[in-house]
Amino acid sequence: MSDTTQSSPVLAADGRPLKHSLNRALRRQKMRALALILPLLAFVLLTFIVPIGQMLFRSVQNDIVQNTLPQTVIAVQSWDANSGEAPDEAAFAALAADFKTAVENKTHTRVGSRLNYETPGISSLFRKAGRKAKRWDLETDGPFKEQFLDIDEDWGDPAIWRTIQKFSPPVTSGYFLNAADMQLGDDGVEFRPENQQIYITLFKRTLFMSMIIMGSCILLGYPVAWLLANLPSAKANVLLILVLLPFWTSLLVRTSAWKVMLQQQGVINDTLVWLGLVGDDARLVMINNQFGTIVAMTHILLPFMILPMYSVMQTIPPTYLRAAKSLGATNWTAFWRVYFPQSVPGIGAGSILVFILAIGYYITPELVGGTKGVFISNRIAFHISSSLNWGLAAALGTILLAAVLILYWAYDKIVGIDNVKLG
Amino acid sequence: MTLTRTLLATTALSMTTGFASAQDMANEMTIVSWGGAYSTSQQNAYHTPYSENTGVTIINDESSAEAVAKLRAMNEAGNVTWDVVDVVAADAIRLCDEGLALEIDADTQLAAAPDGTSASEDFGELLVSDCFIPQIVYSTTFGYRTDLVGDNPPTEICAVFDTETYPGKRSLEKRAINNMEWALLCDGVAKEDVYDVLETPEGQEQALAKLGTIKDDVIWWSAGADTPQLLADGEVVMGSTYNGRLFSVIEEQKQPVAMLWDAQIFDLDGWIIPAGLSPERQARALDYIMFATDTQRLADQAKWISYGPARASSAPLVGQHADLGIDMAPHMPTDPENAKNTFLYNYEFWADYRDDIEAKFQAWLAK
Repeated sequence: MSDTTQSSPVLAADGRPLKHSLNRALRRQKMRALALILPLLAFVLLTFIVPIGQMLFRSVQNDIVQNTLPQTVIAVQSWDANSGEAPDEAAFAALAADFKTAVENKTHTRVGSRLNYETPGISSLFRKAGRKAKRWDLETDGPFKEQFLDIDEDWGDPAIWRTIQKFSPPVTSGYFLNAADMQLGDDGVEFRPENQQIYITLFKRTLFMSMIIMGSCILLGYPVAWLLANLPSAKANVLLILVLLPFWTSLLVRTSAWKVMLQQQGVINDTLVWLGLVGDDARLVMINNQFGTIVAMTHILLPFMILPMYSVMQTIPPTYLRAAKSLGATNWTAFWRVYFPQSVPGIGAGSILVFILAIGYYITPELVGGTKGVFISNRIAFHISSSLNWGLAAALGTILLAAVLILYWAYDKIVGIDNVKLG
Repeated sequence: MTLTRTLLATTALSMTTGFASAQDMANEMTIVSWGGAYSTSQQNAYHTPYSENTGVTIINDESSAEAVAKLRAMNEAGNVTWDVVDVVAADAIRLCDEGLALEIDADTQLAAAPDGTSASEDFGELLVSDCFIPQIVYSTTFGYRTDLVGDNPPTEICAVFDTETYPGKRSLEKRAINNMEWALLCDGVAKEDVYDVLETPEGQEQALAKLGTIKDDVIWWSAGADTPQLLADGEVVMGSTYNGRLFSVIEEQKQPVAMLWDAQIFDLDGWIIPAGLSPERQARALDYIMFATDTQRLADQAKWISYGPARASSAPLVGQHADLGIDMAPHMPTDPENAKNTFLYNYEFWADYRDDIEAKFQAWLAK
């Protein structure tokens, strides 16, 4: 008897092995659960993940050179980039043929702009050549080396041809290098010239200022959250409305209000001058710099700090403090050893919210940041809508996203994401 | 995103004007412009009469500032949702170069002047691109606070760089175009040589160095409304912006501000029709353009905003402001009194060098 039970599997009522029928029943349940979340999953995938993925892919995409200048790309493969001379007629003839098609399709200015990101000056060369190439006859108008040199002698500069050769593969690291103030020089990766470096400065500034904004939100928000959690509910409700009212006001209105407050002819300066604290000719500069950005953004992001803190503090029983005091703790010890540790999850949640929101902020720094108080997102917006360098914008965006994920991971390692509570 | 949609009166009337019959045209169109007082002037001068004549519903979209980027994205997605777009000439050239705008034949697709002059002659050299239908001539110029300059009001452009005589902040646009030209002009470069100098890296350094002398005194603006606001608040002693914005500060809001017309830089603004519209929508857009850029319509727009009409034949028809009742002619950038010393914006130069110089300027700005 004991032999049979050990060797044969446990059977269900219908004679099948229990494990199988259990799996089947569970699978059906899982499918049902999956079907329930399927609409959301499809929605997120279609409207969020796919477009973002496509946008991020632009940071390495470079097929425009190959597609627009197919013959030239092949012709320059055999050219020795270190020869110190421009390639021979074959490459120029290929370029002329490519130009002819590109001008018809109106794509030559785009590839010119693309290569211009790597070697300034190419954009104007391509435009000028495009105007001439329209009228060329490929059979009779050669040799094209002379034709191109005639348009602009810079076509004889090997640097131009090295750029075409270097950026002919369909995938490029150029945008990411640019986003790190570097470029693909003749001897490998190198830093860009001093007068073109800005992105590392901007990344550092964005992180540093977001930290300061987060810190000032904690300092200002903690006492308010404590009051909210400990006042009698009638008073707390009024106070809560005061916290939420700005939160419900338009972002632009709040930012513009700070302009009125902070500018040199603004409310604060006028008051200080009236009080005689500063001279009329020495009004404080508080806007269009980092200070303006920090003040305005701290105010705008404050509710995101106060609300999670408040909901965590509400769950801390007041009896703990009383118990600590009855056991002989001073006010400070009771707060620092008993109350504060319990409120840390709220600080954590608020900090993550504020920091991640701040790092991607764009409108407020644009309006009150001047030139010293703008963030990396302002450059991303500039490249998307004004300079139209979408590849660089995508690379900057990818780096920003990676930075946020790394910081999130570090936070999880140091503080632990389980310690974050929204209530 | 601020996509303001205004639905216009849809009093259904059958189509009466134009060459194609109403059945072949879409009866709804999206027109993109800049918003603010400028859109209002277009609404009054073009959209309302056109809707009344044809029964077409016009949807307004205020996205002109990002028009090139958005048209490029729409083109890539294969779904262009705009029918007529108001852009500055430089953007029109760019769109035309990239095949994103429809080429227009001025003589067959635009209305002739009342005296029979052909459209291409009437617009003259303002037709800077095959895709561009000019609408207004505007200028970027300076306004200054009359109460902050004492008895010595500035009369020439270099006052902007003279922080000793005119202490205080100035506001300049956050881009290279125009600022680089003014800097070179005030650094001793002759007017006709400006673009030759600016073509060279040394010339670009020279311009940035000159701007560097006032960098700490500059508030950089990116929206046309910034300078008028800064002037009204007394935050800046002088600042550059579009002349129509200064007109409204001076004449409509009665602020203590005056115009500094010296070395004003003329520019053009007008329409383009995106490439790749369906035949019905394209026919509708062309019909609208034919109506909205005729001699009378362009003159009408000047009743609401102080920009000069782009047609020569419209100039004599410019009358008085619709609400203020003042003569508009003396407020036009093209008025002889205002146009004593003007600077001609070189479209070809900026099309060729914009990417290079703008990158240097932005890096310089961030330092």
